[in-house]
Amino acid sequence: MTPEHPILQRIDEQLPGAILDRHDFRGDLTLVVSRERFLDVVDLIFADGFQMLVDITAVDWFQRDPRFDVVYHWLNLVSQERLRIKIRVNDGQAVPSLVSRIKGANWFERETFDLFGIPFDGHPELKRLLMWEDFPGHPLRKDFPLDGGDVFCDDNGASYSGCAHSLND
Amino acid sequence: MVSALGWGLDDVVATTRLDAVVNWARKNSLWPMPFGTACCAIEFMGMAASRFDISRFGSEVLRFSPRQSDLLLVLGTVTNKQAPVLRQIYAQMAEPKWVVSVGVCASSGGMYRTYATLQGIDRIVPVDVYVPGCPPRPETMLHGILKLQEKITKESLSARKAHIERFYESFARQEELRVKRGLSEPQVVREMILEAGATGGAKIW
Repeated sequence: MTPEHPILQRIDEQLPGAILDRHDFRGDLTLVVSRERFLDVVDLIFADGFQMLVDITAVDWFQRDPRFDVVYHWLNLVSQERLRIKIRVNDGQAVPSLVSRIKGANWFERETFDLFGIPFDGHPELKRLLMWEDFPGHPLRKDFPLDGGDVFCDDNGASYSGCAHSLND
Repeated sequence: MVSALGWGLDDVVATTRLDAVVNWARKNSLWPMPFGTACCAIEFMGMAASRFDISRFGSEVLRFSPRQSDLLLVLGTVTNKQAPVLRQIYAQMAEPKWVVSVGVCASSGGMYRTYATLQGIDRIVPVDVYVPGCPPRPETMLHGILKLQEKITKESLSARKAHIERFYESFARQEELRVKRGLSEPQVVREMILEAGATGGAKIW
């Protein structure tokens, strides 16, 4: 897929200004889309054949403003082309939910909410998917400690005193 | 003293300690419950089946209910979310009971040094034998069971009982804290581990 792909022309014609940035790497096209126009873009590419939502995830760029990329991977089942759509959001900013359009988005959005703390606007049941309800923090954020702040995992911290239990010696 | 038939008392009476005779019976009829969560459970199937065959050591009666077993085999990675489940299963088992931690994940978290993985099940349940390997080969697991048998031979009945009682106390404390702080079960176990860590301990039982 090249930047001159017909889907790009169609988006530019019908939704001018919706695409903030575009690039392709070895034929994989990525579009950075504005949050406000995201649902319109999704409707357009869906009508164009990108009907399989392969994955929703996010990337935490930590020092960047806006901080997060929410990433959507689409597959066109007819042409077998793939398309990546990104939305940039800051901490606490909500992303429009796709659940009303695509049921498969439900758990992807819950997972992204769970691990990155990105809220999805219009999600029917936005609660944690993997971690327990009262888990502190969002583990895939860059400022979350990899080991969850466990003192026994700290090389410089407390020594690990747990050892094999012995009854007789 | 010699009877009319010419038998001495030594010929018909054996003297021993209660601990020794009870432990002899216990060690040769272990009823394992596999708590299989990863590839160690696959190796375990090899150990249980005819090629390696745990029935040679009197522990082939696998039960998939904690109520009917007295040896907990933890086979694989245990996540923090599973920690309260493992504690409950151990609490439900018939006494006297033993725990074998199979593989590095169960023993120390192994390569999963992350927020999601419990860094060793000995933090939440009392472990008797650790089996190294990733995953251990069936003969390594058999060696673990033999080591456990050796340990049972030497242990004191009252010490084993007191040991299990200590776990029940921590289990009651867990429930008390859960209600008092209004937390979910994984979170209360997590907080107990972190609080134990703050005072230099590693285990919550």
